[in-house]
Amino acid sequence: MINQLESEMAIPTTMNAAGREVPLEVNGKPAIPFKGVGKHKPFGNKYGPPIPSCSDFPDDGNKVVATLEEALLRCGIRDGMTISTHHHLRDGDLISNRIFELAAVMGVKDLVWFPSASFPCNDPIMKYLEDGTINRIEGSMNGPLGRFVSEGRMKGTAVLRSHGGRVQAIQDGDVKIDIAVLVAPSADAFGNARGTGGKSACGVLGYAKADSMYADKVIVVTDNLVDLPCLPAEIEGNYVDYVVVVDRIGIPEKIVSGTTRITKSPDRLLIAELTASFLEKSGILRDGVTMQAGAGGTSLAIAVFIHEILKSKGWKSKFGFGGSTKYMVEMLEQGQMGYILDAQAFDLDAVLSAGRNPNHIPYPVYNAYNYHSKGNLTSMMDIMILGATEVDLNFNGNVVTHSDGYLLHGIGGWQNCLHARNVILPLPLFRDRIPVIVDEVTTLCGPGELIDVVITERGIAINPLREDLIESVRNSGLPLRTIKELKDEAENICGKPSRPAFDDKIVAAIKWVDGTVIDVVRKIKQ
Amino acid sequence: MNKRLAVTGNSGPKVRSDCQTELELTDDGGIVIELQSKVQVLYGESIKNQCLEILDFFGIRNAVLKITDSGALPFVISARIEAVVKQVVDTVNEFLPEIREDNKCPSKRDRFRFSRLYVPGNTPSMMINAGLHSADGIILDLEDSVAPEKKDEARILVRNALRQICFYGAERMVRINQGERGLKDLEYVIPHYANLILIPKCESSEEVKRVESKIHELRNLYHLYNEVYLMPIIESAAGVEMSFEIARSSDLIVAIAIGLEDLTADLGVTRTKEGSETLYARARIVNAAKAAGIQPIDSVFSDVGDMEALRLNVLSSKSLGFEGMGCIHPRQVPVVRQGFAPGPEEIEKSKKIVLAYDEARRNGLGVVALGTKMIDQPVVVRAQRTVDLAIRLGLLPDNWKNDIPIETE
Repeated sequence: MINQLESEMAIPTTMNAAGREVPLEVNGKPAIPFKGVGKHKPFGNKYGPPIPSCSDFPDDGNKVVATLEEALLRCGIRDGMTISTHHHLRDGDLISNRIFELAAVMGVKDLVWFPSASFPCNDPIMKYLEDGTINRIEGSMNGPLGRFVSEGRMKGTAVLRSHGGRVQAIQDGDVKIDIAVLVAPSADAFGNARGTGGKSACGVLGYAKADSMYADKVIVVTDNLVDLPCLPAEIEGNYVDYVVVVDRIGIPEKIVSGTTRITKSPDRLLIAELTASFLEKSGILRDGVTMQAGAGGTSLAIAVFIHEILKSKGWKSKFGFGGSTKYMVEMLEQGQMGYILDAQAFDLDAVLSAGRNPNHIPYPVYNAYNYHSKGNLTSMMDIMILGATEVDLNFNGNVVTHSDGYLLHGIGGWQNCLHARNVILPLPLFRDRIPVIVDEVTTLCGPGELIDVVITERGIAINPLREDLIESVRNSGLPLRTIKELKDEAENICGKPSRPAFDDKIVAAIKWVDGTVIDVVRKIKQ
Repeated sequence: MNKRLAVTGNSGPKVRSDCQTELELTDDGGIVIELQSKVQVLYGESIKNQCLEILDFFGIRNAVLKITDSGALPFVISARIEAVVKQVVDTVNEFLPEIREDNKCPSKRDRFRFSRLYVPGNTPSMMINAGLHSADGIILDLEDSVAPEKKDEARILVRNALRQICFYGAERMVRINQGERGLKDLEYVIPHYANLILIPKCESSEEVKRVESKIHELRNLYHLYNEVYLMPIIESAAGVEMSFEIARSSDLIVAIAIGLEDLTADLGVTRTKEGSETLYARARIVNAAKAAGIQPIDSVFSDVGDMEALRLNVLSSKSLGFEGMGCIHPRQVPVVRQGFAPGPEEIEKSKKIVLAYDEARRNGLGVVALGTKMIDQPVVVRAQRTVDLAIRLGLLPDNWKNDIPIETE
């Protein structure tokens, strides 16, 4: 215990460019403090996995092995390895937990779980964090898992990355994946795999691409083995070591999650209406616009209102980037959207559309979000609708912790999307009694210079850096306020909140899109 | 009053912005507060201090107060604690939260009352943002939407809401209960600047007069100078027959409303979307209101999912002469407002009348003429109201007169 304490104390920290105190070392590896947006220049070459040879694989292309356990053993699973999974099966994933259940039986210790996101269905993982099978999670923490980490109960330090940051970390070799276990709704015996077809269809497999290319060993797990070739092959068989066929990879009704229902809350609808109105009056919404909106109830309502405006004006969006939903599919099918470029299908309509519409195209996050590439899609988006748990007076945003200091959400694509031309955050001014606009965010996830507009039910605040936007709506009749006015109104209604108390112990590091550390989360003081 | 233990408020997985309070008087041991809150980290200390302050205000020295809080705002917590205290302690004192200055703002007799949004009087989560939906009035309801056993605590909550919630310019209305309970309700709302009182299931002018005299009594007692207006609601066959008498029974009455759910029950007919079964009653109410010089207001439309049916309902209501309608969901407000809003032709005509009046004034003429037609003063007033309304609804710019070339023919 004393040793552990000493080793924690010994980690040097520094103030990063955002004024946050961050460690120079995370989980024994050196960490670079955030230097400012676009300031960190990477050097060297991309990571390269070991060179395989066809001579080690069957000529008939049949890589099927009997069980997941056998596949893991053949991959040489051992202490300290990093195991990656993707989250396209969302809350219906039956395989991720199974990997660690098997590893625990085998007596393997100190694994690193590197998921592209976790869901409530992954809560049983806590058991393997407690018994030492898993040392730490490098990925999103939700609900009880977040609570577990916030209370300092995980052995290693969590590392939270955006979807693009995850690809960056894999590509740059910041994270070396030993075994990627990639579930696939359809696959052939060679390992070609896609997100459509079968009983567990999830639409697309965008988040699994980088894992398949960079992992030392790749296992594809499917419940729908199809004849070669399984096309379009989002995961190419040439990267795959083993194929495992199981009865069920997921629970269909949970793969398509309930998050894609349009909000019924009159207050949220009001925010959505105000957002659409802002987009129209500012001139951001126009013929040929490019856009992305999430799958939250408010975002969906905004998509519906935007659709109405496009229709009434006879305009067409050039393309929308998904997370695709029913509402985006409607735009595509009714002629108000040229293409859906899709990393992730959020609901059944989107899954079906991806399967049948040639203009609904799988588009890996790999290409869309990675900051260490030769440009990416997000900076070309005109409209970016995002959420946040908190925004502060400098427009800094938080998405990972709540105001009480608990880690409760992943970053998702949020940080990556901040590079869009117009980043709009439609938010309630307060949730129950908790103000959303605060003096200073509890955890910094996105620098304020990238957040352009905050739209609440009680007014719209535009970042003073966006003089052009302020000018565009000056005489629009929209309820324009300063961010300070909104914060004061929230506190007037809710009262001034106290701040949570933290220990010194760092429980999670928050990475910026370039792999630098933008902030940390500390253990909640009990 | 020898009760030692009482409970008020609401808790549960679906409850938001409310709290449940349980108070037990004890003989010794001082004040013990057991707080369980969703916002513990951010407001735990502040809630505890609030509890101590209120118990101290009511002179309670020994008690156990348990609070299960789902993110209630301070005025809600105060209301819940005061209500629980009043169940175990006999007191006439009131723990009043500060009143917002803009909530003292008086209303006007002839303001528009197109849409009035009903908000249940014991559900804080529905009150807090009620003013955001641009309804002309917000009705804090103490009557049908409050369970009988919750009536006492709802009064205190509504009182605090009148003092603390910003309704963004909506007329602050309260629907009181019938009879004696309704008169008691007035003690909790009149001193706190309610603009308008709705009298439910009204069948006689006496009922209105009782409310009126109670209001006068309270205004004298508290030295209040704000006008308080009345809107009786006719909800029975007997009420319909008495509607004209009711409509002119008090100077405070500015509108009379019809409630079709209860009326159709009383008539023994089924309420239909077209409403032919209540055509007589509605026409009679409109006529009574116009004869008495007040606004006739139509019943609420209960299918909150069917906006198209609501729109048609509003149009038929407007064609009968109604000047407003109740709303039971915020999403109904814009549909109702647009329905009662003046159409383009009406606006054009009103603009011409207003300009003709301006012209007559400029020329020092006492008579306003539009073409060969003489225009009466009330028509000018009405036209001006239509123009004002069009401006308020964003159908006409403020400075519309500048955009119109002066006709010189």
